[in-house]
Amino acid sequence: MSGTFLSRLGKLWLACILFFLYAPIVVMAVMSFNSSQYYQLPFEFSLEWYEKLASNTEIIDAATRSVGIAMVTTVIATILGTAASIALFRFEFRGKRFLQVMLFPPIAIPWLITGTAMLIFFFGVGLGRGTPSVIIGHVALALPYVIVVVSARLATFAATLEEAARSMGADSWTVTRRVTLPWISSGIIAGALFAFAVSFDQFVVSYFLSEPGDSTLPVLIYTSIRKGFTPEINAISTIIIVISMAVMLFAARFSKFGGER
Amino acid sequence: MAEVSVQNITKSFGRLKALNDVTMDFPDGGFFALLGPSGSGKTTLLRAIAGFIFMDSGTIRIGEESVENVPVEKRDIGMMFQNYALFPNMTVADNVGFGLRVRRVGAAEERRRIGEALDLVQLGQHGDRKPHQLSGGQRQRVALARASVTNPRVLLLDEPLSALDKALRVDMQFELKRIQREIGITTIFVTHDQEEALTLSDKIGILKDGKMVQAGPPREVYNNPADLFAAEFLGEANIVTGLAGDGADIRAPDAAASGAILAVRPENITISKDEPQADAISKCQALLERRVFAGAMATCILQSNGKTIKVISRDQDIPQDIAEGDKLWLNWPVEKTLLVPE
Repeated sequence: MSGTFLSRLGKLWLACILFFLYAPIVVMAVMSFNSSQYYQLPFEFSLEWYEKLASNTEIIDAATRSVGIAMVTTVIATILGTAASIALFRFEFRGKRFLQVMLFPPIAIPWLITGTAMLIFFFGVGLGRGTPSVIIGHVALALPYVIVVVSARLATFAATLEEAARSMGADSWTVTRRVTLPWISSGIIAGALFAFAVSFDQFVVSYFLSEPGDSTLPVLIYTSIRKGFTPEINAISTIIIVISMAVMLFAARFSKFGGER
Repeated sequence: MAEVSVQNITKSFGRLKALNDVTMDFPDGGFFALLGPSGSGKTTLLRAIAGFIFMDSGTIRIGEESVENVPVEKRDIGMMFQNYALFPNMTVADNVGFGLRVRRVGAAEERRRIGEALDLVQLGQHGDRKPHQLSGGQRQRVALARASVTNPRVLLLDEPLSALDKALRVDMQFELKRIQREIGITTIFVTHDQEEALTLSDKIGILKDGKMVQAGPPREVYNNPADLFAAEFLGEANIVTGLAGDGADIRAPDAAASGAILAVRPENITISKDEPQADAISKCQALLERRVFAGAMATCILQSNGKTIKVISRDQDIPQDIAEGDKLWLNWPVEKTLLVPE
C-alpha cells in the first residue's frame, strides 16, 4: 500500500515540477494562437500573428542573423574545443591542471559581468561593437561546454584505443583521424549542439556587443517588449522554444546514448 | 621475430619505483610469462617493452636494435590489450587490417593477409561483423589476429585471458599456445594467474615491488624457488622449518645451506594413521582440522606445532576412516623438500 502511495506521491511531485517549468511557456504558446491582441478570453484560434510575423522584416532579419551567428559560433567553438580536448587528453605539460580548472569559472560567472568585461575589452582593443565581437564573445561562452562534453567522451576508453592504434604503427595524425575522431564523434555532435544553443539563446552578451541596427533575435525581442507586448513576440518566441527544445533533446540523446555501436 | 633483452631497467613514478633494476632475457620464438601480484611492476615492464613508457635507465633490445628511445609506432611490435581495444566503428576485417593499411601493403596483399589471420583464429566467416556483435572469446581472437597480422618482431599480451570466464579461459590457453607455436613469434604476456603462467610459458619472470624475484623455466622455478615469495606465489608451500617434538623428524637434503628455509608442496605430503617407517623421509604428527572432498582430489588442513599444513592428494590415497580432530602422521621424501634461501 505504502509503495503505491509513495509512487503516486512521486508522480504528483513530477507533475508539479513539470507544471512549474512549462506552465508559463504553454500560456505564451497558446496566446500566440489567440486572435485577441490583449490576451482576452474566450480563446479564439487564429494564425494572424504568425502571418504578421512573416511580413515583419525586422524580426525575420534578426532571426536570420541569430541563426547565422549561432552557426559560425558552433563551427569555431567545436573545432577549437575538440582540438583543445584532445590536447588536454593526450599531453602532459606545465600548467595543464591550472588550465583545466580555469575552464569552468566562465560557466559560473554571471553573463552580465562577462558581457561588461567583453564590451570594455573590445573597445580597448579597438574592435568595438558589431557582429565580429558578438561571434568572438559567443565562441568564448560556448567553448567550455564543448570541452566538457568532448573530454567526457575522451575519458571513456579512448586511451586504450589510441594505444592500440599506435602499437600497430599508426602516427599521431592517423590515430586522430581514424580512431580518436570516430570514437568521440557523438561527443563532438553533442558539444556542437550545446554551442549552438548557447549562442542562439544568448541575450546579455549579444545585447552588450551588438550594434543597434544589427540586433540578434533575443535582443530584438527584449527591445520590442519594452515598447509594449504584441502577440507577434509570442509567435516568434514559440518558434524559438520549439527549435531550442528540439536541439537540446537531440544533444541529450547524443551525449547520453551515442557512440556505443 | 626476434629475441628481446631487458637489462637493468629502472623506472620511477614520482617516489614510487615501479621497476627497480630489472633484467630478463626473452629468447627468439619463446613464450614468456611475467607473473606477479598487482602493483608488482609486471604491466609496467610489458609497457616498457612496448614503448608506451620510457625508462629512467637501463637498456631494452629487440633483435639487434636498442629501442630505449624508439616510440611505440616505430618498434614493430604487436600488442593485445586486456579489454582488447577493438575499434568499435570498424568491422572485424578492418580492425585486423589496420596495421597493414598503415604500412601500405596494397589492397590485394591486405585482403590476403586479413583472410589468413582470421583463418588462423578460426574466424574466417566473421570479417564483416562489428566487434559488438561478437562474443568475448571471439573478440579475444580478433584482438590476437590484429596484433599478429603484421608479423611483428614480438607479441605482447596484457592479461590476455582475464576478461573470459573460467571454462573459456582454459580453452583459450591451449588455443593461444597453438597459435603462438604456429607462427613461432616471441611472445611475452602478463598475468597474475599462476596456473596460466605454468601452463603456457617456456619461462616465467616473477616480479614483486618492481624487482625481478626470479626468472626461469616453470619447473625450475617451481622446484627451486629463489625465495619464500616465489615459493608461495607460484604454487603453495608449507614451511616445515622448526617442526619438532612429538616424534617429528625433519631432514634437510644434503645440499642444504645453513639458514635455508625448508618447505614442502601440498601435493608431496602423504597422510597415514601409523608412523611411517621408510628411509629418506621427513615426518611429523599433526591434528586433522578439515578435510575437503573435491571429486578426484581432496584437500586436508592440519595443525602441527602451531603451524598450518595443507595437503592435497588423490582422495583414495587418504585413509578413509579418519575424522576431524584425529592425530595423524605426515611424511614426505627428503628430496621433495624445497630449500628456500632466506
